[in-house]
Amino acid sequence: MTLVEFMQHLANGVSLGSLYALIAIGYTMVYGILRLINFAHGDIFMLGAYLTYYAIVFTSMPWYVAFALAAAITGLVGFLLEKIAYKPLRDAQRITVLISAIGASFFLQNFATVVFGGRPKAFPIPSIMNKIINIGGVSINLITFIIPVIGLGLLAGLTYIIYKTKTGMAMRALSKDYDTARLMGINVDRIISITFFIGSFLAAVGGIMWGIKYPQLMPLMGSMPGIKCFIAAVIGGIGNISGAVLGGFILGLGEILLVAFLPGLTGYRDAFAFILLIIILLVKPTGLLGEKVTEKV
Amino acid sequence: MKRKMGVLILVLALLSSLLTACGGSEETGGADSDVIKIGVFEPMTGASAAGGQMTVEGIELANEVKPEVLGKKVELVIVDNKSDKVEAANAVSSLIDKDNVVAIIGSYGSSLSMAAGDIVKEKRVPAVGCSPTNPLVTLNNDYYFRVCFIDPFQGTVMANYAVNELGAKTAAIIQDVTQDYSVGLSKYFEDAFKELTGDENSIVAKASYNTGDQDFTAQLTNVASANPDVIFAPGNYGESALLIKQARDQGIDIPILGGDTWESPEFLSIGGDAVEGAVFSTHFTAEAPVTEVSDEFLKLYEEKFSKQANAFAALGYDAYMVILDAIERAGSADPEAIRDALSETADFVGATGYITLDENGDAVKSAIIKKVENGDFVYLTTVNP
Repeated sequence: MTLVEFMQHLANGVSLGSLYALIAIGYTMVYGILRLINFAHGDIFMLGAYLTYYAIVFTSMPWYVAFALAAAITGLVGFLLEKIAYKPLRDAQRITVLISAIGASFFLQNFATVVFGGRPKAFPIPSIMNKIINIGGVSINLITFIIPVIGLGLLAGLTYIIYKTKTGMAMRALSKDYDTARLMGINVDRIISITFFIGSFLAAVGGIMWGIKYPQLMPLMGSMPGIKCFIAAVIGGIGNISGAVLGGFILGLGEILLVAFLPGLTGYRDAFAFILLIIILLVKPTGLLGEKVTEKV
Repeated sequence: MKRKMGVLILVLALLSSLLTACGGSEETGGADSDVIKIGVFEPMTGASAAGGQMTVEGIELANEVKPEVLGKKVELVIVDNKSDKVEAANAVSSLIDKDNVVAIIGSYGSSLSMAAGDIVKEKRVPAVGCSPTNPLVTLNNDYYFRVCFIDPFQGTVMANYAVNELGAKTAAIIQDVTQDYSVGLSKYFEDAFKELTGDENSIVAKASYNTGDQDFTAQLTNVASANPDVIFAPGNYGESALLIKQARDQGIDIPILGGDTWESPEFLSIGGDAVEGAVFSTHFTAEAPVTEVSDEFLKLYEEKFSKQANAFAALGYDAYMVILDAIERAGSADPEAIRDALSETADFVGATGYITLDENGDAVKSAIIKKVENGDFVYLTTVNP
C-alpha cells in the first residue's frame, strides 16, 4: 500500500468517523441526563433528513433556511415524542421506558414507510457542498471537511450549554437525582423537554449531514446508524459527550481500516462494531472516558 | 445490570421482528370459486423497493387490460416481501396457504425468488419470475419459470461491451455478496472477460460489500490501486449509485458497468452527475419495440401512468399475460394444469419479445445496452443471444 492510498483510507475513515461522532453526541446527551437509551434516536435522525428533503424540494427557501427549519421541527418532534411515549412512564421501571422507546422507533419507521413511501428519495445536495478537493493525490469531497467542523462546533456549543448555563446546571442536577432536583425548585418536565429538543435537533443535523454524504433517504435508514452510534457512545463511555466523539472516530476509522487491510472480512463490517462493543463491555464497561456511576435503586 | 438489559433488548427485537411476520386477513377462494386468484410477491419497501413497485405497475396494467380468463374474474393478491429473504418465503407461503392462489408472479431480486423456490415446488403451485436473472432460480425446479434472460448471457454481453467497445484489457469487480444476482452476474462477467481477453489475470481486483452498506470508499480505494481499465459493479440501484458517486469523489474516472437493476429513476436521482456515462444491460427499451404487443403496452402504460415504461413494468406485464395464456390453454385453473401449460409456452408474443420457455423454464431473449447521458437512460444497442 502506497502512502497516498493509506492517506486516502485515513481520509475516508475520518470522514465516516466524524459522521458517527456527530450522531452519537445527541444519543449520549439524552442518556447522560435522563439515563434513558432513546432507541428512537436513529429514527428521529431519519425524520430530520426527510423533513429537510421536503423543505428543499417543495418550497423555494434557500438550503440553509431549510436546514435550520427542518432541524428545529425535528427538535419539536423529539419534544412531542417525549411527551407521548416517555412522560407517562416517568415513575415506571426503566425497562418499561426502554420498551416504549423501541415501540416509538417501530412506529416512526412504519409511519415513514406509509407517508414517505418505500422507494428511496435522493437528498438534494446544495451545490456549494458538493465539491471535490484534491490534496496531493488524495481526493475527497468538501463535505468531509464540513462534517467534523460542524461536529466540533456542536460539541463546543453543547458543552457550553451543559456547563455554563442555568439550564445546563439543572440538567446536571437532574442526571444525579430527579426528586432532589425537583425539591431544589427545578422544573423537571421543562428540563427534560429541553433535553429532548436539543437531542433531536442534533439527530437532525446528523441526518442532514448523512444525507449530503450518502444521498439516499429510506424509511429504515436510521436503524443501522442508530445502532452504530449507540455503540460509538458506549465505547466512549455513554453519557460522556467527548467520549461519544472519540467513540465515533474509533468506530469509523476501524470500519474503514478493516476493509482496507483485510478485504476478505468486508462482510463482517457490521459485526466488527458489535465485537468492539462486546470487548468494551467486557474490558471497560464504563467506556474509554466514562466514569464509574453507582446505580440508582 | 446493563448487560442483562442488553440481552433483553436483543430478545425483544427478535421477538418483534417475528411477530410482524404474522397477521393478515382470512379469505376464501380457490379453483372452484368464480374468481381466479394470482399471487404477486414483490419488494414494495426496502432496498429493492423501486424495482418491485415498477414491476407491480406492469402487472396491474396487465390485469386491467385482461381482467378475465375462462369466464372468471382474475384477482391479484399483492404482498410486499420487504426486500428480505425470510419475508419472501413467508409471503409465498401465505399466498398459497391462506389466499389459495393458483399461480404466483415474482420476484424482482434473484435471492428473493430463490427463497420462495422450495416452497412453490413443495406446494406444487407454479411461479413466474419477472426479472430474477440468476440461473439457480429455475434450475431443478419444475414449478419456477421466468420471462427474462439469465445471467450467463447478461454477463457475457457486458464483458463483450467492455472488451470490444471500451477496449478494456483489465477489469475490477465490486459485488454485493448478499445478493445472488450480484455474485452470479459477477462470476459470469469474470469468466467471459477472461475468455475474451485471453488473459487469466485480467481481473485485477475484486471487492465486496453487503446490501444496506452506504460507504464503499475503502473498497474503491483498494480497487483503484490495481489500475483497472473498467469496473463491473452489479448491485441494487441505491447502493450502486452511492458507490459510483463515491468513486467519482475519489477521482476514479474509469467507466463503471452494471446490470439490469440499475434501470430505475432512483439510480439517476441518487447518483446525480456522478452516474453520467454509466453503462448497463437491461431487458427492454421504449426506443426499440420488438413486437406489436410492445407498442400497445407502451401506449397503455403511458395513458395510465403518464410516463414512459421501463423494462420491469414490461416484464411484469408479460409474466401476467404468460400465466393467463397458460390458464387458457390448460382450460382450467388448477395449479398443476397451469404448470404443465406454462412449460409448453412457445413463441408467446409479449411486450419484451417472443417468449419461449426452455427445459429449465427460462426465456431466451435479446439484451439491451443503455447508458446514462444528460441525466437520462439512452439506448445504445441490442444484443441478440
